[in-house]
Amino acid sequence: MNRSHLSWLVIGVLGFALPPWYGLPTSSSAPWPPSGLLASFGVAPWLLPIGLFLLLPAPFVIVRSRLAGLALIAAGIGGLGYLVAQGLAIGLRGWSQPLLADLFGPLATGQRGMGAGGLIVAVSLLFYLTLGLAARGAMKGDRFTTGAIGLVVAAIVVFVFWPVSTILSQAMVADPGQSAIVALAERLTARDIWSVGCVVSATRCGVFWNSILLAVLTGVLTTLLGLAFALIASRTGFRFKTGLRLLTVLPIITPPFVIGLAVILLFGRNGTVTQFMAEYFGLTATRYIYGLPGILLTQVLAFTPIAFLVLVGVVQGIAPAMEEAAQTLGAGRWQTFRRVTWPLMRPGLANAFLVGFIESLADFGNPLVMGGGYEVLSTKIFYAVVGAQNDPGRAAALGIVLLALCVGAFILQRTWVGKTSYTTVGGKGFSGTSAALPRVVKYAAYGTALPWALFTFLLYGLILFGGFVENWGRNNSITLRHYITAFGLDWGQNGLLWTGRAWNSLFTTIQIAAVSAPITAALGLLTAYLLVRQRFAGQSTFEFMTMLSFAIPGTVIGVSYILAFNTPPVELTGTAAILVICFVFRNMPVAIRAGVASMSQIDKSLDECALTLGATSAQSVRRVILPLLRPAVVASLVYAFVRAITSVSAVIFLVTARYDMATSYIVGRVEIGDFGLAIAYSSALIVLMGIGILFIQLVVGERRIGRRDPVQPAARPAEVTA
Amino acid sequence: MTRSHSKAGGVEFRNVSRRYGNVTAVDNVSFRVEPGTLVTLLGPSGCGKTTTLRMIAGLESASSGTILIGENDVTLLPATDRDVTMVFQSYALFPHMSVIDNVAFGLDVSGVGRAEREAKAREGLAMVGLAGYEARLPSELSGGQQQRVAVARALVLEPEVLLFDEPLSNLDAKLRRRMRDDIRELQQKLRLTSVYVTHDQEEALAVSDQIIVMNKAVIAQQGAPADLYLRPASRFVADFMGASNLVDATVVGRDGGRASVRLGEATVELADASAGVDDVSIAIRPQAIAVTRLADAPALPVSVRKATYLGSHMEYLLDSSVGELFVVDPHMVATVRAGESAFARFDPTGMAVVPRAG
Ligand SMILES: Nc1ncnc2c1ncn2[C@@H]1O[C@H](COP(=O)(O)OP(=O)(O)O)[C@@H](O)[C@H]1O
Ligand SMILES: [Mg+2]
Repeated sequence: MNRSHLSWLVIGVLGFALPPWYGLPTSSSAPWPPSGLLASFGVAPWLLPIGLFLLLPAPFVIVRSRLAGLALIAAGIGGLGYLVAQGLAIGLRGWSQPLLADLFGPLATGQRGMGAGGLIVAVSLLFYLTLGLAARGAMKGDRFTTGAIGLVVAAIVVFVFWPVSTILSQAMVADPGQSAIVALAERLTARDIWSVGCVVSATRCGVFWNSILLAVLTGVLTTLLGLAFALIASRTGFRFKTGLRLLTVLPIITPPFVIGLAVILLFGRNGTVTQFMAEYFGLTATRYIYGLPGILLTQVLAFTPIAFLVLVGVVQGIAPAMEEAAQTLGAGRWQTFRRVTWPLMRPGLANAFLVGFIESLADFGNPLVMGGGYEVLSTKIFYAVVGAQNDPGRAAALGIVLLALCVGAFILQRTWVGKTSYTTVGGKGFSGTSAALPRVVKYAAYGTALPWALFTFLLYGLILFGGFVENWGRNNSITLRHYITAFGLDWGQNGLLWTGRAWNSLFTTIQIAAVSAPITAALGLLTAYLLVRQRFAGQSTFEFMTMLSFAIPGTVIGVSYILAFNTPPVELTGTAAILVICFVFRNMPVAIRAGVASMSQIDKSLDECALTLGATSAQSVRRVILPLLRPAVVASLVYAFVRAITSVSAVIFLVTARYDMATSYIVGRVEIGDFGLAIAYSSALIVLMGIGILFIQLVVGERRIGRRDPVQPAARPAEVTA
Repeated sequence: MTRSHSKAGGVEFRNVSRRYGNVTAVDNVSFRVEPGTLVTLLGPSGCGKTTTLRMIAGLESASSGTILIGENDVTLLPATDRDVTMVFQSYALFPHMSVIDNVAFGLDVSGVGRAEREAKAREGLAMVGLAGYEARLPSELSGGQQQRVAVARALVLEPEVLLFDEPLSNLDAKLRRRMRDDIRELQQKLRLTSVYVTHDQEEALAVSDQIIVMNKAVIAQQGAPADLYLRPASRFVADFMGASNLVDATVVGRDGGRASVRLGEATVELADASAGVDDVSIAIRPQAIAVTRLADAPALPVSVRKATYLGSHMEYLLDSSVGELFVVDPHMVATVRAGESAFARFDPTGMAVVPRAG
């Protein structure tokens, strides 16, 4: 027994004895909701064994014995196992499965979701287990490391794997008299998913094919455009490369549907282009942009920068020596490009395609705004839950299809092309000069990329400008009305009044982003530390687990969260916590990548040295690694903060009137056709995020390690999937 | 800080192994390091030296076996809780901390007050000759100075055991010689128990009280420097200690601890390490062979394949009935030319009998 064993013993026991076990009062008359201990002798006698498990290692406080480790492990496994089992077995109205009621007889009461007491006890039991493992010599006896592994694994299991697996079980919920397997099969093979009607007859095609068609087109177009940009950026003397850089930052700070709004301003029924065509060519103004053309256009606009980021690394990674070698062997420009450069880029192109493909499948905002009658999986899931249908079983089945597609593409990307594409990027400066592009390729690149870039900037200009127009296309007078509606302030009797309609959601958004960003960064960097700095059995599985949540589309996360956290043992729907948790686990993979990239550049002997000097692992992380990791910290904080503000797909399922988020508020405005307010709010968000990024950079600051920098600056994490 | 080191404890390995998957990096190794002595782990790259050292530090855990430091079983103790410090091959100076903060780091994390740790750190820096460099960043020091900071940082904690992992491999030859003398002097002055890893036999001979030669995850031989140099127990150790000629020979007579050994046409009297086996090998240092034109009773006829003039000495490559011989001969009076026939004469003090296998 050492100090940390004792502290967790005390925390666990107090957590059982004092704070309310359940989240909400079981009866409104009780002044202080019962703790686990109290409930054990009252409403919830089944909690008692948890207390016994907590006390199991207590004798070793007095008796010094090497068995203490074993006792901790036993208490940890037994206690956690029992805690989970009783939580799942006993729901709001007694036994959750009829089978259990038959077995053990009926229960008088049920139970609600766990509250503070339950959480404290669960965490204590988890650390019992990891401390016990450390005491038995796991991870060289390092308590911090075993604890960190336990924490990350438990968090991912509870907040990623469990909700996603509830989707599966939800899809199997059967009507009376139907078996679960049949129900699942029926939902998974529904006609509106798989029908090929649009090819063989005049009916509609299934939503699966719609999604695939869109994703393939988006993947191909973003890859080609991204390649054109990448070639221009790294293989020509193009002078406005900063402009290209800006182009890559914009989509990160842009909510996904904002581009769609700009497209509507141009091509919608009252759009500038549409009206121009109607006026001068006599074409009737219709909603032609809604549907596949509109979604495709907006997605290509939104995801081309990501393809560019992937491909610029690939193009720059081709060692000039190889092209030089080809030239010395007598190959001309065109031959060099076709025979050397192109084959070397091919795996990278496949990678970019898959990234675009996944992005398109997972995208929710653009299909929602631009979709019209064209349904894709992500929007169909949404309407299956929130619409008049309210059919969670169908949403779950659609979620399974979408999840399988995304995860399949993700696995393909990671195992097959992901590895081959980052070939020759090394720490040594590139020597030699890259071959000039063949003239045809060069002009093709300029010819596609530059108009596209201009178009993108034009759309952003429209966004900033559109908020000041009374009613785009109908009444083009300049006004501040939308900004006043959204962000109005008044002096009342009690001082300042936040009369604007956007303030509520804006404050919620900022609070939630500000809370989730540091948690995301901390958890992500901790995971990166475990991945880079520690070796343990099952590590590659662990890595895959942490990365997988990246591939789970936001809509699937959203649906799974409302399915999993609406009932005991973890009741979170309607709280701000569920929003924070959702962001943490959606954005953590980027923090992990940023951390892994820069941590692998810091010599491992630095932290080992700190250990031999008597620092604990936690101290070596805090005093040695973290200060050297500042760029990654900044990157993760910025990304987590910004994504929490801009993302919409998962959020839209989880918001409530009390905790409304900016993006879902804007989407609501768009749905009722209030574009002015939506656009004004969107541009305000973009500006706000710019400020947020500057602020974070100021606070975290730069690391100081002198002129001869032995630690390479961290590579910018490639935000390739979202 | 000239007081002798009171805390110094010994190190003991009892049947320690370390496996990575199916690679065995250290295989059932046992040895003792007496308190206050410096023991070197010597061996070719990949033989398991670093792994052994890291197990002493607690940076690797043993797959099996027991590790004791100062008579306490530390096998399961993490690095943080062991009273052992280490000088890393890469120095591992914290790049974001000044020199003094680096040296004071260990004191800081163990809760020593500011004034005391600064005083101790200054003392440590003075000891390695770096007074006045306190405020610099590691990146503003030369390689040799960085190395000294790393040593000072490990010393100020007054550890039970001090470890060095190839501490001089990043320095140029001249600096290396000076640093190794300085390290040895400090170690003897403070009577520190030290374990020192190197692959350079000259460095090992210069600094050690005891040398442990490792080969392929096991200990090939352990002994005082002179022991290993004069009486290698195997072909491997002989070769590693610089006796680069290994030829087969036959014991033709034994006489109280001495053996007459026939080497082709020549016969030499050597200390008997044949354990009663007649077919043995002889390890011969290049310096223990002289090349002459004159026929002599115990000499071996050879033909000179290559002769290289190097100013202070000649290098010869000889063909003989026992095989190829490499010779470093300081006799510059009557040198022999390539293509000539000559005789090799042997100096028994530079030769050792080793078992033929292994
Ligand atoms: N972390 C590791 N994983 C797998 N094999 C390792 C690891 N560390 C060392 N080894 C292997 O163990 C053997 C001994 O390594 P090491 O102790 O570093 O040798 P030395 O320091 O003598 O050069 C080598 O074959 C090496 O490849
Ligand atoms: Mg080594």
